[in-house]
Amino acid sequence: MLKKIHLKAVALAVTGALLTPAAFAADKAPIRVGFLTIKSGALAAGGKQMEEAINLFMKERNNTIAGRKVELFVADTSGQPAVTKTKTQELVEKDKVQVIIGPLAAFEAIAVDDYIKKVGVPVISPSAGAEDLTQRKPNPWFVRGVGSSAQPSHALGEYAAKDLKYKRIAIIADDFAFGHEIAAGFQRTFEENGGKVVQKLWTPLNVADYGTYIGQIKPNVDAVFAAFAGGNGVKFVKQYSEYGLKGKIPLLGAMTTVDEGILPFMGDDALGVISTGWYSANLNNAANAKFVKDFNTAYKKDPGYYSMGAYGAALMLEQALKDVKGNIEDKNAFMAALRAVQLPNDPRGKVTLDALGNPIMDIYIRKVEKKDGKLSNVVIKTYPAVSQFWTYKTKDFLSNPVYSRDYPPANNLEN
Amino acid sequence: MSFWLIQSLNSLALGGVLFTLAAGFSLIFGLMRIANLSHGAYFMLGAYVGLSVIEAGHSFFLAILAAAVAIGLLGCVVERVILRRLAGNSLSQVLATLGVAFVIADCSLWFWGGDPRPVAAPSFLAGGVQILGQTFPLYRIALVIFSIFVALGLWLLLDKTKLGVMIRASVDDRQMAQGIGVPATKLFSIVFCLGAALAGVGGIAAAPILSVYPGLDADMLPIALVVVILGGLGSLLGAFIGSFLIGFIYSFGQALFPDLAYIILFLPMLIILAVRPRGLFGKISA
Repeated sequence: MLKKIHLKAVALAVTGALLTPAAFAADKAPIRVGFLTIKSGALAAGGKQMEEAINLFMKERNNTIAGRKVELFVADTSGQPAVTKTKTQELVEKDKVQVIIGPLAAFEAIAVDDYIKKVGVPVISPSAGAEDLTQRKPNPWFVRGVGSSAQPSHALGEYAAKDLKYKRIAIIADDFAFGHEIAAGFQRTFEENGGKVVQKLWTPLNVADYGTYIGQIKPNVDAVFAAFAGGNGVKFVKQYSEYGLKGKIPLLGAMTTVDEGILPFMGDDALGVISTGWYSANLNNAANAKFVKDFNTAYKKDPGYYSMGAYGAALMLEQALKDVKGNIEDKNAFMAALRAVQLPNDPRGKVTLDALGNPIMDIYIRKVEKKDGKLSNVVIKTYPAVSQFWTYKTKDFLSNPVYSRDYPPANNLEN
Repeated sequence: MSFWLIQSLNSLALGGVLFTLAAGFSLIFGLMRIANLSHGAYFMLGAYVGLSVIEAGHSFFLAILAAAVAIGLLGCVVERVILRRLAGNSLSQVLATLGVAFVIADCSLWFWGGDPRPVAAPSFLAGGVQILGQTFPLYRIALVIFSIFVALGLWLLLDKTKLGVMIRASVDDRQMAQGIGVPATKLFSIVFCLGAALAGVGGIAAAPILSVYPGLDADMLPIALVVVILGGLGSLLGAFIGSFLIGFIYSFGQALFPDLAYIILFLPMLIILAVRPRGLFGKISA
């Protein structure tokens, strides 16, 4: 008799445990977030800036998003695609992360693309701009926290032709996909508005010296558009001035050429450079004022491309988690929420995502000026709600080949 | 016209940078038969040390001196503590120098951070000179002159001093030199120290052109290898000629055949090695 009751009790207890809502159990386990960054090699500076922003975000939220504790797993990829793949696998299989913020470089993102599709873990990119990641080869588990490579340069191309009335421009850019795509977007809108790209110079990513290239720039162009990633902008802007071109031929830049992350090292050589991007530490809105102030308090410098990218990715994660009430365990619902994220109060301004998972956001034309004794990207014009397709129809845009070294073809080059 | 002139000047300047980098490498290889793979790291570290001296408010010349002393001492320590224990085992020595290179690279990243750091030229060499209506940076011209002085100094040291005679004798025939009482071990220390110091000086001297950044070491090491192999292993004259040759090939190659930038650097080396395996000025090693 006693035995029978005992058995009944156990059965009841087991049933009870099974009936407890899953969410209740999940509430206790922290959300596991993977973060892929680069801490060594040539891209280490950007990786560090990303990590600073993520750490600031987590501190501000007290490691709690949507009512749940968040545990961050940081992995260093060294900027090598093979390592990125191993680290991503480690994050997913060993650390059991439920969402990944990263990786930094486009070639890293491409390296893990297939694996992400296979295991189906949501990824928010804080930096990688490669066009096709959200265009011709979209990944259902991938959204971008930042824009595509050419998204800001479409705007600058039009600005250079229409507002600055430049007719002839020489392009000098890093000889890898990011540089090609930035240059291609600029050339397309610049030429469609009546300008001519008369010279294109591609410099190897790890070039020792720009003197050789600067010596070739045609003296009779209206401006030079320089598209550089990482630290290359520092070297180029300095040498542009040493060769006496500063003040003679105006310099235009991509977002990363005069990024806030490298601006403090540039000195007066950078003054007057007009560039384009989806962010400036100078943006005049409440969210940005707070972000810049907190960032400055924590790290004694302004946030730039990489910091804003990681912070923006974290904001998207937060919004999506809130939308699913913290229930990241329902992977499909979470991914759907991530794709539908709307951030009206992002430090960048209003950010929404298009159908392919790429942000639609304001693009700013910025000019390097001295403010309170330090160099700063001051906003001089805003293009509101710009998509990765600029003003083109999505279908038309996607039926063209992806932007590259040779597309769109440069028909106005002069020898 | 001005295109050729500017590119020629560029080539000379790059040649000057390469010589300060390659001279030490060639010296060490000539005497010790060690392909010192930490040479690029010494170059970068020299630039960082110099940068810190300049940022502390001291002059560019003090920066050069500090880089020479600091990297020379480091070279001494590496030679005494690590390489000497591996004497006779050149493969282990090569691997050890590679390890030293990684350690230096990571320590630099930790200490100086990952941001690219430009270095200002000394103020009296800032600005440019007008040549045929184009501006050419004055510092680059100064750098060529500096590298010629370094070459002259090394030549005097090797050709006109007793130390130089001993070094040359050891380079030519190490066993014979040891047999007649040349203190080879001591020479090794001195030469390694000198070679490292030269790399350090090269680093800070080139910094106003190249900037200092993580990865500078790996960018420069292959170029040093190309220069030394092209010029002939262990030959200082070869390193000198090789540096300026590569300077010209690199600058004009990049300007005239931009799509072949990488090939242009290595193809001449391959051709010369195929035709003349010991390099332009290399001696047949014993």
